[in-house]
Amino acid sequence: MAAPIPNLSAALNLAAPTSASWLTILPVPLCFSLAAILVILRRHSILQPVIATAGLLLLVGLNAALLVAVIAEGPVTMVMGRWLPPFGIAFTVDLTSALFTLAASVVALAACLFASGDIDAAARGQGFYAFLLLLMAGVCGALTTGDIFNLYVWFEVTLIAAFGLMAVGEEPEQIDGAWTYALMNLVGTALFLATVGLLYARLGTLNMADLAREIRAGEGAQPGMTLSVLFLFALGLKAAAFPLQMWLPAAYHTPRLTVSALFAGLMTKVAIYVLLRLFVMLMPLQREELSLLIVTAGAASMLVGALGMLAEDDLRRVAGFGVIAGIGNMLSGLALGSPGGVSGAILYALHSMLAMTALYIAVAGIGRRLGSFSLGRAGGLYARDPLFAFLCLALFFAVSGLPPLSGFWPKAILTKAALDIGAWWLAGAILLSGFLTTIALARIFLLAFWRPAATAEIGPAASGTAALTLLVALIAGFGLLPEGVLSLAQEAAASLSAGDAYVGSVFPGEASP
Amino acid sequence: MIEPWLAVLSGLFFSAGIYLLLAPHLLRALIGFALFGNAVNLLLFLSGRVTRDAPPIIGEAETALKAGAANPLPQALILTAIVISFSFFAFLLVLAWRAFRDLGAEEVDGLDRAEPRDRPAPPGGY
Amino acid sequence: MNTPIFRAFAVPLTALMLIASLFILLRGHNAPGGGFIGGLVAAAAFALQAAAFGPKAVRRAVKVSPLSVAAFGLSAACVAGLFSALADMPFMTGLWIEPHLFGITVPLSTVMLFDAGVYLVVVGAVTAIALAVEEEEP
Repeated sequence: MAAPIPNLSAALNLAAPTSASWLTILPVPLCFSLAAILVILRRHSILQPVIATAGLLLLVGLNAALLVAVIAEGPVTMVMGRWLPPFGIAFTVDLTSALFTLAASVVALAACLFASGDIDAAARGQGFYAFLLLLMAGVCGALTTGDIFNLYVWFEVTLIAAFGLMAVGEEPEQIDGAWTYALMNLVGTALFLATVGLLYARLGTLNMADLAREIRAGEGAQPGMTLSVLFLFALGLKAAAFPLQMWLPAAYHTPRLTVSALFAGLMTKVAIYVLLRLFVMLMPLQREELSLLIVTAGAASMLVGALGMLAEDDLRRVAGFGVIAGIGNMLSGLALGSPGGVSGAILYALHSMLAMTALYIAVAGIGRRLGSFSLGRAGGLYARDPLFAFLCLALFFAVSGLPPLSGFWPKAILTKAALDIGAWWLAGAILLSGFLTTIALARIFLLAFWRPAATAEIGPAASGTAALTLLVALIAGFGLLPEGVLSLAQEAAASLSAGDAYVGSVFPGEASP
Repeated sequence: MIEPWLAVLSGLFFSAGIYLLLAPHLLRALIGFALFGNAVNLLLFLSGRVTRDAPPIIGEAETALKAGAANPLPQALILTAIVISFSFFAFLLVLAWRAFRDLGAEEVDGLDRAEPRDRPAPPGGY
Repeated sequence: MNTPIFRAFAVPLTALMLIASLFILLRGHNAPGGGFIGGLVAAAAFALQAAAFGPKAVRRAVKVSPLSVAAFGLSAACVAGLFSALADMPFMTGLWIEPHLFGITVPLSTVMLFDAGVYLVVVGAVTAIALAVEEEEP
């Protein structure tokens, strides 16, 4: 017989969890079970999109409820299995996580809507929808977990799903893209794991609230420069920041464009979220010391991305460089570290999730109408489809950061934050990158939409503007009525920088540092 | 004192892994990835003390670990990491096999499909 | 791998390995063992059978597709974590019931359900990979 179980009540949290804390955990089992159901029903190719769309609608609802709960009562925590933190694995959601998870689930829903036209029965048989839900389980887990090793596990769940999505289809160039993507991301994640191990060796805890408490107190062991630089390197690799950006334009255009759209909206932004979490909440002192390095990488990414957009003929690769330019803006916000900088970075990430997914969907729409992705051969789209042309023009305005739409606000905040500390060259880089992006996208509109069609070739029938309309409507809504999101992002940045609400949510009843 | 030697070994694994990852041959890059993963695992193992003084088990009448016991948590972390890196190694192996079967490529240069060398430049004017 | 000796021994060996995998799964809660290792042993048993009689024979004998088994295990593990919501406890809290069946106390728990889910995930996924690789061979 087993030994009698000793009385463990001193190590247990006996309070009943609130319904809000259940919301932090529910997205993950929801996505996992839906992925399992989709695998079992993989031969029913008509049921697949129905189940996936319904599930993602439910996920958007759950995450919206979570955001409402977090706005009402501050950060929410659930520690699994009644163990007391830092021993149990905690899921903690503050305003930043809640905003990111909601945007991520909206992006997934849009991609799922678009997929009904892009993903045929063969691709459904290869498990596109199951991998989509598995990807969302990983992304939601990574955005809501409060434990840094657990974060590594969610990264890997995301990667498994991403590899599955990369392999949907039969094109030979997919093998090349998947090889580049897989190797670079696996090296990045392995380095992240090594850094987590060294962090545990130094501080003896993996719970992020506990880590924040220890490091911010400034006494005892500190992570040190080596660990901070390793974190920056590993996550910069995953976020495709200069000088580690080469893999992104080499890989993102190879899979189905629905998959590219998902990746552009989700994968690099999760890495940005982790960078914000680590360098703003956990290690503010280390961020200050590294800020010159981060801001250099950010400014270089902006310019490299914008120049790359100008130099490419393949529209899919133009969009890939657009992702890199956006990453540069977020990194410069992180490097500034002021309330304006961090809230600008959060806003930019939210805008970029929606806008980059929409950009790939628009590129897919252009390719579908013309039968090729080459800018040199494109033309005549405005005459053929004025509604699509209007949606694309609005989207191009947003991506360039021109005033009436969503891209303008984060860029304005970031420029102001840069000028506030006298970093005129950073403000100049942000504006120059925006200017070059405007030229690149205006050229696409000029050539692909306004130029008369060179040949009379007609692509397959156009469809699937629903997803683009949804995303452009959100972008326009955010651009025209920015007050709500702006104040939320400012509040999120303030609570991320202060960190005490997050720590207080995990360790209730203890004095905050 | 075995830790310094294991630390050196982990460093050797890292350098060998990175060297092989940079090699043109796909299989060498694969082996490099496996070595890289093992270097990380060894590093995690070291972070929890390497000692045989006492097993990391709390006896019936005790309330804390014996002094000099190794920290068991990094070993649990390694177990997770090994399982994950094993599955990724299997994925990369299948990918390399498909590259060989479908493209006839044994080296990274033979994979060159996503970024062909003679890409057209974008149009210079309207 | 098609010798008569191997083929003759494959069947009883597979049966033994499957029983052993269940034993490893069930003792896993308080002693070394558990769903992951048990699942690997069971998957090895199916791989052995496939080496002796070919992957088609294994697919016919198992009847259910291995991927569906893995998916069922994944959802079972998720549901096991959610049971604690009924008892007003956090996610993944272990709950026990100890019914008396035929004069023996049988401790059952959500932890065991979770472990059985892990077992099914590992059996299904590894068997699916092994069968796919064996079918690939010329």
